[in-house]
Amino acid sequence: MRGAKKIHLGDVLKKIPTGIPGFDDITGGGLPAGRPTLVCGGAGCGKSLFATEFLVRGAVQYGEPGVLMTFEETAGDIKKNVASLGFNIANLIARKKLFIDHVHIERNEIEENGEYDLEGLFIRLDHAIKVIGAKRVVLDTIETLFAGLSNQAILRSELRRLFGWLKERGMTTVITGERGEGALTRQGLEEYVSDCVVLLDHRVNGQISTRRLRVVKYRGSTHGTNEYPFLIDEAGISVLPITTAGMNYGVSRERVSSGITELDKMLGGGFYRGSTVLLSGTSGTGKSSLGAYLADATCKRGERCLYFSFEEAEAQIIRNMGSIGLRLEPYVRKNLLKFHSTRPTVHGLEMHLVLMHKIIEEFKPSVVVVDPVSSVQSAGTLDDSTNMLIRLVDFLRMKKITGFLISLSSAGSKSLETTEEGLSSMVDTWLLLRNVESGGERNRLMYVLKSRGMAHSNQVREFLITSQGIKLMEVYLGAGGILTGSARVNQLNLERAQTQNVKEEFKRKQLALEHRRKAMEAQIEALHAGFLAEQEEFARMAANEQWQKKQTEGYQQAMARSRRIIRK
Amino acid sequence: MKTKAKTKKKPAAVKKRGPTREKTARKGGAEWMLRLYVAGQTPKSLTAFANLKKMCEEHLANRYSIEVIDLSKQPQLASNDQIIALPTLVRKLPEPIKRIIGDLSNIDRVLVGMDLKPIK
Repeated sequence: MRGAKKIHLGDVLKKIPTGIPGFDDITGGGLPAGRPTLVCGGAGCGKSLFATEFLVRGAVQYGEPGVLMTFEETAGDIKKNVASLGFNIANLIARKKLFIDHVHIERNEIEENGEYDLEGLFIRLDHAIKVIGAKRVVLDTIETLFAGLSNQAILRSELRRLFGWLKERGMTTVITGERGEGALTRQGLEEYVSDCVVLLDHRVNGQISTRRLRVVKYRGSTHGTNEYPFLIDEAGISVLPITTAGMNYGVSRERVSSGITELDKMLGGGFYRGSTVLLSGTSGTGKSSLGAYLADATCKRGERCLYFSFEEAEAQIIRNMGSIGLRLEPYVRKNLLKFHSTRPTVHGLEMHLVLMHKIIEEFKPSVVVVDPVSSVQSAGTLDDSTNMLIRLVDFLRMKKITGFLISLSSAGSKSLETTEEGLSSMVDTWLLLRNVESGGERNRLMYVLKSRGMAHSNQVREFLITSQGIKLMEVYLGAGGILTGSARVNQLNLERAQTQNVKEEFKRKQLALEHRRKAMEAQIEALHAGFLAEQEEFARMAANEQWQKKQTEGYQQAMARSRRIIRK
Repeated sequence: MKTKAKTKKKPAAVKKRGPTREKTARKGGAEWMLRLYVAGQTPKSLTAFANLKKMCEEHLANRYSIEVIDLSKQPQLASNDQIIALPTLVRKLPEPIKRIIGDLSNIDRVLVGMDLKPIK
């Protein structure tokens, strides 16, 4: 906007933190400082608890003393109720951090005669605030005045005066009101308290109840306008802020092993840390076993793994995984592995999500396995469950936790590659386990359908579960298609036999050649010998001839000599 | 407003209920203990006091005591006696305790409320 004044920080509405986990996130800081807030809802929604927590946490966590004016419950009852949350009220009162004043109005004890005002209430409140130096005030529930006093005109004008009075003194006030028909409150309190209105709701959907909170109005501030689920447990109220605030989470390049070396090789090293993996398959394909392998590998590295199971109990899982060679109890004992088993129909989806958030925040795992995510559908509608899972995935990504979601595909679905939850587009890696029937038996195959950000193998592998563990083997691609199981073994044997035959053939030929060579050499030897013999013969003959010649000459000489001698 | 009371002393056993109290009342020499809670000198409190005084003079001659408590000066008393609206008239004696809130402009109703029969 051109020409707009620059907003100074001092002009911005100051907010007071309530200390209620999650609520301060939704409102961007808490309740408006020095102004009244209306908390309304039906019976049993948790309004009084909200208001009381606001006061008690203010005193304990933020050092702001508070006054509680209670019109319905007595001070003793409130002390007991809050003690169950773990807060020591008596201590707070003694240390002047908390002041509880019970206002008792009984219709038949009061008679109205002439003009009056509610100055007595103001005086009491003023006195209480002064005594402890309060900054926070709770009026619970001021509508009781309407039941006790009949002069509505006086009452309403005094209420208006009261809220102005509180604002003047800079008191951050929480007022509770009962939900009315068609209006936020029965007595129309929202007329006077219009700075901030919080609506609590307790809905039952298909036998499952969910608590929701909505900030209907917040003057002077942006606020999340959605309904946020919350739960009430022994620590008070926890609100679940939906983490749809942007998708700017950091990513890691580090790889996490899946526990099976062949699978890691197929993925080029393993899953990315902080990514989400979906493993889908029909019944009995070994999905939980893969999940357990991942848990085992995580714990071996010394990191923590959280296993949410919606079907099996912890002892069951440990026993079953023991049969394939995984020892998980040592990790459980060392607090590296934690199981959380619940039936999905025990609470609503929101409650599941809130609980998972809580447990993850407490345990701080680096890997979370959810087995199976498809069963959360039974706790809500399809849209709701998709929604919930998307939020869970977002949460895991934000926390840089590697998520491993196991999903059961129904055998009758048109294609195993369309998961009903629509989760497949949300996850980074998708592994599919499929049963294939051939030659009278069923074998399992594993595919890596997609894996974002890494070069993954597109080869299908046979998935074997043995007592020594899980093995991934290469399938045999034969003329008749993929051969698995015993057919593969058979084929491998045949091939082996064939190779053996070829080898033998080769050997035989080699031997034959050797023989021939030897034979040839022998022949050459014989020829050579013959030649040598002839050569010798010739030499002998030549020598003989020489000798003969010599002899003949000798004879001739001898003859000649002998002849001369005789002639004399 | 200054406290104008015939007697400022409260009987020692004022908080206890007992048959003695009732007997004294029937004897006719009973003390009516009335307490008027106000917050400073506002028109309503002045009206209330005036009306109260008038009613007491007419119907309770010399049998009553009015104690005026100014809550702006003693705020802690408001919580003890469960006072919300002002002015409030509390009949402490005779028992049972009765309350009326307002400036007491409807005298007849005050009489009925205080359980006083009109003087014959």
